[in-house]
Amino acid sequence: MTIAAGAFALGGILLFVGLAGAALLAQSTGSAGAGPLFDAYVWRITRFTLLQASLSTFLAILFAIPVARALARQASFPGRIWVLRLLALPLGLPALVAALGLIEIWGRQGLLNRVLSAAGLEQPVSIYGLSGILIAHVFFNMPLAARLMLAGIERIPAEYWRTCANLGMSSFATFRFIEWPVIRGLLPGIAGLIFMLCATSFTLVLTLGGGPAASTIEVAIYQALRFDFDPPRAIALSALQVALTGALLLILKFFAPAPREGETSGRAIRRFDGAGGLSRLADRIWLVLAVIVVGLPFAAIAYRGSKADLVRLVSEPAFHRALATSATIALVSAMISVAIAALMIRTERLALAQRRHGVAPRLFAGTIGASTSFILLVPPVVLGAGWFLLLRPFGDVARFAPAVVVAINALMALPFVHRVLAPAMATHAARTARLAASLGIGGFHRLRWIDWPGLRKPLFVGFSFAMALSLGDLGAVALFGSEDMVTLPYLLYSRMGSYRTADAAGLALILGLLCLVLTVLGTAGEERPPEGKST
Amino acid sequence: MSSTALAVKGVEISFETTTLAFDCTVPAERIVAVAGASGSGKSTLFNIIAGFEQPERGEVRLLGEEMTRRAPAERPVSIIFQEHNLFAHLDVATNVGFGISPALRLDAADRVKVEDALARVGLAGFGKRLPPTLSGGERQRVALARAFVRHRPILLLDEPFAALDPGMRAEMRALISDLHEEEGNTILMITHHPDDVRALADSVLFLDRGRIVAHDEVDRFLGRRDIAAINRFLGNEG
Repeated sequence: MTIAAGAFALGGILLFVGLAGAALLAQSTGSAGAGPLFDAYVWRITRFTLLQASLSTFLAILFAIPVARALARQASFPGRIWVLRLLALPLGLPALVAALGLIEIWGRQGLLNRVLSAAGLEQPVSIYGLSGILIAHVFFNMPLAARLMLAGIERIPAEYWRTCANLGMSSFATFRFIEWPVIRGLLPGIAGLIFMLCATSFTLVLTLGGGPAASTIEVAIYQALRFDFDPPRAIALSALQVALTGALLLILKFFAPAPREGETSGRAIRRFDGAGGLSRLADRIWLVLAVIVVGLPFAAIAYRGSKADLVRLVSEPAFHRALATSATIALVSAMISVAIAALMIRTERLALAQRRHGVAPRLFAGTIGASTSFILLVPPVVLGAGWFLLLRPFGDVARFAPAVVVAINALMALPFVHRVLAPAMATHAARTARLAASLGIGGFHRLRWIDWPGLRKPLFVGFSFAMALSLGDLGAVALFGSEDMVTLPYLLYSRMGSYRTADAAGLALILGLLCLVLTVLGTAGEERPPEGKST
Repeated sequence: MSSTALAVKGVEISFETTTLAFDCTVPAERIVAVAGASGSGKSTLFNIIAGFEQPERGEVRLLGEEMTRRAPAERPVSIIFQEHNLFAHLDVATNVGFGISPALRLDAADRVKVEDALARVGLAGFGKRLPPTLSGGERQRVALARAFVRHRPILLLDEPFAALDPGMRAEMRALISDLHEEEGNTILMITHHPDDVRALADSVLFLDRGRIVAHDEVDRFLGRRDIAAINRFLGNEG
């Protein structure tokens, strides 16, 4: 029965993605010959997409290495846990809210420019364009990279540090021979992940790009559909985006294997380097820098948001409607996402367990496993574009918006929910499957006494993570949004657009808090927050 | 008997729930087995001698010199753990090379020394191999080779055979015994096996609940019946 349900879920996903693709293809053949699809504009956009993603990845990693090393070496300073928590925060922050916070710091009227002009420098720094995109991507991805590297360094056996100390290896030798090899091993995976996130970045580029000169493929698709109403161009761009992400996924698959599990002795990691004055000073400088870069935008959101007329804002009917819409979409899409992920993981395992039955189950299991990456191949905006074109003949697309946005959000979250659930379910099965089978515990009793207590936590983590992702999403809503369906991010975006900055700041604070609370709730009680958008 | 290799005097160190206190003196050129139940403080004693932990009170004298606050590398001590002694991503010769230069600046003569050390532990020609391709016993022998090129007068062995099967244990014991003959160093070795004590040690330091409760010559130690923990260790129960 599980297998049938799994097959049904898989079929549903493939159909949803496939129909969008078919719609794009059908439209493109219909409009063939309407002019060169890959004109200079498209190439420029592609070039810029790759350029900003490469630079973002490079800068984020360059910054992350000393930060990760400082955190690894200074393992016991007061407040270390808070630095780690701060580094986990951007993961849960909606891109739109972050963009607002970054503008408060780096924007024309921002903190940096005010400090600069107070210091007598007239030329204001502008955040819009490439520099703004890079700053935003570093804000999001440096902490991610640093935490992944730190986890890698922490997997180094404790004996290594004692041996280093016993042998008298200098700080530089320790980095060169011990830490760098570990970080270098992780780099392809981390760089690939960040490059992927930056190449498909939508909201940040939309808000901070500041014009057609700094536009990525995703934003160009949105503009082609929403403003120019130029389906052929949207289709060409979508094809390009899919080809690009496909190539990236392939490269990642071959050149960036998942980091292997290290054996640990379970002892608390004690290090003996980093106690010297110079290394301690260097580590402190990097940590302070990281806290400033990551923490200031949060502080700005909190400060500006608290100055807004929050009481009036939350009593506005527009806010109520947006909150209800967002909550409903997030709840439903998170439920779908978690249910499908759990079902698919279980089906995959069951199909593989029947190893005598030959090729078909294996193929089936393989397809399920691949389908989670398959979703990454088709970014939300492309999916949205496909369904936009598919539904247009049936009337106003806004009528279908809720269902499509729910489906897109659920799919978007699926790879991340899968990543949280799969290891937990594998461990749970390894721990309980044989025992439960030998005791004859099955059906509802198994669910009630064995599975639910064991899996409650990872299910909850996946659920709140999916909710946070959906609550903060602008990509799917941007295409379909109308007066009838305004989500919180959409409301925030339109307030930003109409220069009602105080309202925008208040909304950003509320939305940011909602998403952060969900992310923190999901990760509470865990040793380490799940590397949700990662590993 | 010659001079004193190490002296731990009135050393106290506190952890959250317990305070450990150590007092002992070990003459040079001896092999001392360090035994006791898990949690009795054996590893903490080693950590204090090697410089990985700082005691709150008391002093550690190595080769007659006060070294309580010295950094691990400045002490005349080499240490070998149960596992993870080798950096898994670096080849065997490099791992041994760290014993000569911690920044890995090795000249031709140093490389010859590395090869000789490997030959002495029976691993000639293994220089280019990576640790994960070796057996557990071979890895421990590489660690011995590294300790060997460092020529430190005191060698601490923290359960060096625990992960090995009985045949390899005997081989390692023979090797350590040979190296001890050649080097004339002082060896402290944590062990859970009375066999190791009988085959290798001159004397036994026995710990129980954070205190050194016995420090006897091997023959006398093996004949003891007065301390319950020692009876348990020797299997004299009932």
